[in-house]
Amino acid sequence: MQEVGAFVIFFASIFTSNILLTNFLGMCSYLSVSREIRTAWGLGIAVVFVMTITSVANYFVYYYMLVPLQLEYLEYIAFIIVIAALVQVVEMIIERTSDRLYASLGIFLPLITVNCAVLGAALFLIIRKYDFYQSLAYGAGSGIGWMLAIMALAGIRAKMARRSKVIPALEGPGIVLIVTGIIALGFIGFSGIVQIN
Amino acid sequence: MVSIDYFIPALSMASLATSLAVIILLAEHFLMDYGEVELQVNDKTFKVKGGSTVLGTLKQEKIFLPSACGGRATCAYCKVKAVTGFGDILPTEAPLLTKEEVSQNIRLACQIKVKNNCAVTIPEELFSIKEFTARLDSVEYLTYDIKHFKFKLLSPSEIDFKAGQYVQFQSPPYGEVSESVYRAYSMSGRADARDVIELMVRLVPEGICTTYMFNHLKVGHEVSLTGPYGDFFLRDTDRKMVCIAGGSGMAPIRSILSGMTTGDIEKRRPVFLFGARARRDLFLLSEWAEFEAKHPGFRFIPALSGQEPGDDWSGETGRITDVIAKYVPDGRDFEAYLCGSPGMLNACVDVLRNLGVNEERIFYDKFG
Repeated sequence: MQEVGAFVIFFASIFTSNILLTNFLGMCSYLSVSREIRTAWGLGIAVVFVMTITSVANYFVYYYMLVPLQLEYLEYIAFIIVIAALVQVVEMIIERTSDRLYASLGIFLPLITVNCAVLGAALFLIIRKYDFYQSLAYGAGSGIGWMLAIMALAGIRAKMARRSKVIPALEGPGIVLIVTGIIALGFIGFSGIVQIN
Repeated sequence: MVSIDYFIPALSMASLATSLAVIILLAEHFLMDYGEVELQVNDKTFKVKGGSTVLGTLKQEKIFLPSACGGRATCAYCKVKAVTGFGDILPTEAPLLTKEEVSQNIRLACQIKVKNNCAVTIPEELFSIKEFTARLDSVEYLTYDIKHFKFKLLSPSEIDFKAGQYVQFQSPPYGEVSESVYRAYSMSGRADARDVIELMVRLVPEGICTTYMFNHLKVGHEVSLTGPYGDFFLRDTDRKMVCIAGGSGMAPIRSILSGMTTGDIEKRRPVFLFGARARRDLFLLSEWAEFEAKHPGFRFIPALSGQEPGDDWSGETGRITDVIAKYVPDGRDFEAYLCGSPGMLNACVDVLRNLGVNEERIFYDKFG
């Protein structure tokens, strides 16, 4: 995979290999925070931010610490610690610099720590043996792809809340999973453009 | 001798964790330390530690802003006028402020933070709000889910409030609840009993504060309260009065009515419509019967909306909104005092308006 350009990986991770719609990672916050477009946007931005930073950080931790020490088997623990710590720092930076963004992200920021898409992205870039620029592109692209998916779902849910008569048994997560499946099918349409993984 | 290799995984993970902890501590040190800043409130200036919300900072300075939700930006009671030192309006505040308030720089004190020298303006009367320590003297069940609490004030030993106002009760951490929360409850006792605070509290399933009050608070325990708050109190006019309440909404109405003089009651002829579902939701009936006997001008009208078998009820039936018209023949003469759930209040306000009650003469106390 290493011969694929970083730019291609960036676009592929948004559209054809969307981390949410093809790998179904990060579902918990995707299901629970997709009622309104505004909050989905806030969480989406935070995920883009965190995913980009943690992908790069985890790249360095893996190749400059775990590999030399032959501790690859500890990658899960190392990545989780790095993600948790960086989310804290990101939270503090946002609190200091932008009250507005901090207030709109609210509880979502700490929630990202346990977003499996963030860990998933870090693990994928190791499995796929990406180099630094590819990792950066993959992290940012996956974040944007995740945001795109949750925004699309939030838009549909907002509209459904006004117009649709969902049968009671499917209300809530049920219908959301069906909608997600259909969005995922729609994204298959992109697969002719680029392919990674 | 164990080889050093044996420790490498643990050591490297520990050093990774340590270095990340150092990064966090450094970030905290450089990013979160705002130092000492000056907060001006009306014409007073306080030197405070920066970084907390205006609501929290003022509380440290013993200035208590009303807040029913405990800083979660849902009740919108803690409005202050931001003079200088605060940024743009936050997304958490926007839904709770009107356009007019935004243009006047009214903000929610629980959301804006003291980060540099800044100034706010608050209503002058808020300076008179105090923090009280009180001891629970008695508690009794009014219904299966409403309790009547009587507190004796310890320090300060007297409270000066207008009948109808409310206090904020602080529930300390207990059991699995690790934070202390504030909830607003109307005082139900007479305003001239200045060393006593009476509260009527309905148990909210899963509610942090009411669970504490129902299951953990025992007679003899000391608690912390702040108050008095609110602009729900008797207006000094000669108009006829209709009071409407449901459930524990009886509290402020009881305080208001019991504080009226005999002359006032004869003149204003209050009628108190109390909505409940079934017989078991009614309480203090004998007290109201006594009050009626003592004051011929007053009427207490309970109405049941969902009688249960065996209730044996001969009074009014139906929703409280269906009963109002019978007792308010011409709304133009009336002043209305309402307390209860938002749904009930909104419905009642609509009915009263249609009966001709001037909207400016409808006063209400909505449960947050």
